[in-house]
Amino acid sequence: MSMLRYGYITAPVLGVLWLFIIATTVAVAMSFSTGSAFRPSGTGAMVWGILTGFACIRGKSWQPAVAALAVTAATLAGFGPIVIGENVSGFSAVLGAFATAGFSALGLWIMLEDVETGAINRHVFEASVIRFLTGFGYIFFTAIVLIPFYVMVLTSLKNQSEMIQNPLDFSIELSRGAELFRSYEELFSQFNFGTYLLNSFVISVLTVIITLLFAIPGAYAVARLRFKGRAAFSRSILLIYMVPMIVLALPIYIAFSMTGLRNSIAGIIMIYPVTTIPVALYMLQGYFRGLPGEVEEAGLMDGLNRLQVIWKITLPLSLPAMASVSLYVFMIAWNEFLLAFMLLDDPSKFTLTRGIASLNSSEIPRQHLMAGSVIATVPIMAIFLGLERFMTKGLTAGSVKG
Amino acid sequence: MTDAVPPKGTGPLARLEARLAWGLLAPTITAVALVVVLPLLAIFWISVKPVSLSDLRAPEMVVREDIRGDFEAAGDQANIRYRLRNSSQEQPITGVGIADVIPEGLVVGTLDERCVLEGRDLRCDLGDWEGGQRERLMIPVTVEQAYLDNGLRPQDSPVAISGKSSNILTNATFTFNNFARVFDGDEFWEVLWVTLFYTVFGTIGALLFGLFAALLLNKSFRGQGILRGLYLFPYVSPVIAVAFAWIILFDPFSGSANALLVQMGVTQQSINFFGERPLALIMVTVFEIWRYFPLSFLFILARMQSIDTDMYEAADMDGASPFQQFWALSVPQLLGILSVLFLLRFIWTFNKFDDIFLLTGGNAGTRTLTVNVYEQAFAISNIGAGAAVAVVIFGCLLLFSVFFFRFISREEGL
Repeated sequence: MSMLRYGYITAPVLGVLWLFIIATTVAVAMSFSTGSAFRPSGTGAMVWGILTGFACIRGKSWQPAVAALAVTAATLAGFGPIVIGENVSGFSAVLGAFATAGFSALGLWIMLEDVETGAINRHVFEASVIRFLTGFGYIFFTAIVLIPFYVMVLTSLKNQSEMIQNPLDFSIELSRGAELFRSYEELFSQFNFGTYLLNSFVISVLTVIITLLFAIPGAYAVARLRFKGRAAFSRSILLIYMVPMIVLALPIYIAFSMTGLRNSIAGIIMIYPVTTIPVALYMLQGYFRGLPGEVEEAGLMDGLNRLQVIWKITLPLSLPAMASVSLYVFMIAWNEFLLAFMLLDDPSKFTLTRGIASLNSSEIPRQHLMAGSVIATVPIMAIFLGLERFMTKGLTAGSVKG
Repeated sequence: MTDAVPPKGTGPLARLEARLAWGLLAPTITAVALVVVLPLLAIFWISVKPVSLSDLRAPEMVVREDIRGDFEAAGDQANIRYRLRNSSQEQPITGVGIADVIPEGLVVGTLDERCVLEGRDLRCDLGDWEGGQRERLMIPVTVEQAYLDNGLRPQDSPVAISGKSSNILTNATFTFNNFARVFDGDEFWEVLWVTLFYTVFGTIGALLFGLFAALLLNKSFRGQGILRGLYLFPYVSPVIAVAFAWIILFDPFSGSANALLVQMGVTQQSINFFGERPLALIMVTVFEIWRYFPLSFLFILARMQSIDTDMYEAADMDGASPFQQFWALSVPQLLGILSVLFLLRFIWTFNKFDDIFLLTGGNAGTRTLTVNVYEQAFAISNIGAGAAVAVVIFGCLLLFSVFFFRFISREEGL
């Protein structure tokens, strides 16, 4: 490590790595947005990385600017860190070159703050490595999270033949106007997605309500009341919630087949809450324990009985926790796939996830499949973004389960 | 004055409290017992029964009735035909009988010896039927004018069928063939190896990526909240939606990922990411990491934000470099949450079914134990073998939870 701690080594090494990352990122971004041919060049990144790295070592601030201009020019001339294909429009080419050069120089300038040409101390060295890793991390995580969703949304707006012609071309013709949303319209008009949406919503809301009805008294008892077997009970909650669904799904399938509950929404509503009650109970009892017991004791002294205490004191105090638990349970029920897949066969009773599974056939074009996925994802995302605070709390408290 | 002694045993108040507690817990216990404990016991029961998917429907008699023959005027001959069969190919039905009403205006001729006629009520006692047995029962009749007039035909009155069949799920036939099948040959070891690979690398990968992401976001800057929300997307969205998005992204013929790799010169021809060994297994593991790193990230970030910053200031004063601070301060502080997360995620990844099922359906060397349950029970239609795999899973789970509880009682900090 110590031999790396010289400005004239640190700067070019980080420069090469950073330029390669930026070149790849810009190439991927440009390819995905225009479908045209951009690709990073290893040798280009090497040469220009070393030069830009040196230019960004602490000195005059015009040096990185000059380096950036040089990289832009080199890229447009065809020997930069990013290679632009022949049939790329002039605007995209210039944009790509500028983005590559600009982000490279700017990033390195920030990264190599305090780095001198000669020996540098450990703090400066590690700080610049950390800034490099941070930059890389933001790009990396944002890219891996966004790309699948980007593909999902834009595939749903295109048609099959366009996609096969150039799978990278995600540009959409805005002139098509409402035509863009044709697969959505078809899903609702021909594939019953309105019903599925409603089914999913009703099932999820009922699951939340039933779960809370069961879990609140249970959680209160575990958190506050003393009785024999309390420790064993709270332990078995955790244990139960580690039993995999597929193990239970088999006997449930058999029992439902025999009693005729299979293929009915009522059957689904009977099963879903039980899969969520242990989670909800576990989350709520943790929260109830954190509430001050004195308030409840005061209530008891003033003549309320236990049930009144729960209703008038504990519940109002734990509204935020209720919100978290409800959202988390809603999410589980909304996203549930296995049971819906095994237990529902009748298209009029499908939930959204089951409906999407039924779109997965070679006869149905893929943009329908992706449009269905978007329809299932958007509501849960909207709820998530709107109530992120509660949701995050719910996730941390309850997501021992996954 | 006597000395004050603490009361012995449980007083009436304590008993009242315990009774209330059990009362509050009763609904939950009942529901969980019905849907979790009962099925678990059922799984053990089914795993030693020779049950296949078709046995779920109990064998029953199927009967179709019609009238055959050219009859136009009174006095013509015709036949009432009953076509009977046992719906099951294997299971016998004992004591089969049918009962029907012969419509007005048909005069029954010579009866089959197994049948009796009382007034218009026809009853036949057909004895025991083998699996798959079928028969045509003909009742010769003479048509009268009344029949031609009233237009009521024999099939208009429903045929009542009786008969007993033994249900494979409840009878006393037991077998260990299911377990023998499951453990038989190399297949089991391959499934176990795939499960272990998926579980270990999926868990560790998700933890490391989560740690990296948490380190990135453990500082306040503008847009931190947005990025945090964004990084949770993979976990929050429905698994079926993101799994299909991945399948389309990595499609061998028209997938964008392949087009990108070809364009960048990484590969010459397109790669079948989810269809080739061992790539498919790596891909499903990567998917698992992608989908669950947000969870580890959230936990680790919460823990990081609760670490006292004074410690880092003191370390700074003493000249510790950023990496030294990370190794000597952050890592020990995070070790507790990391190991709890590891155990929990290990169990949950082990239990995972949906993801692999949707991505590859268990093909191309990605069949884990959980997928094997489905494969045996529904693809091969052998419910008993599926249940046997489920029993194996449950056994592994018990083993893990012993570790888990021994550990979590020390690390209750979750």
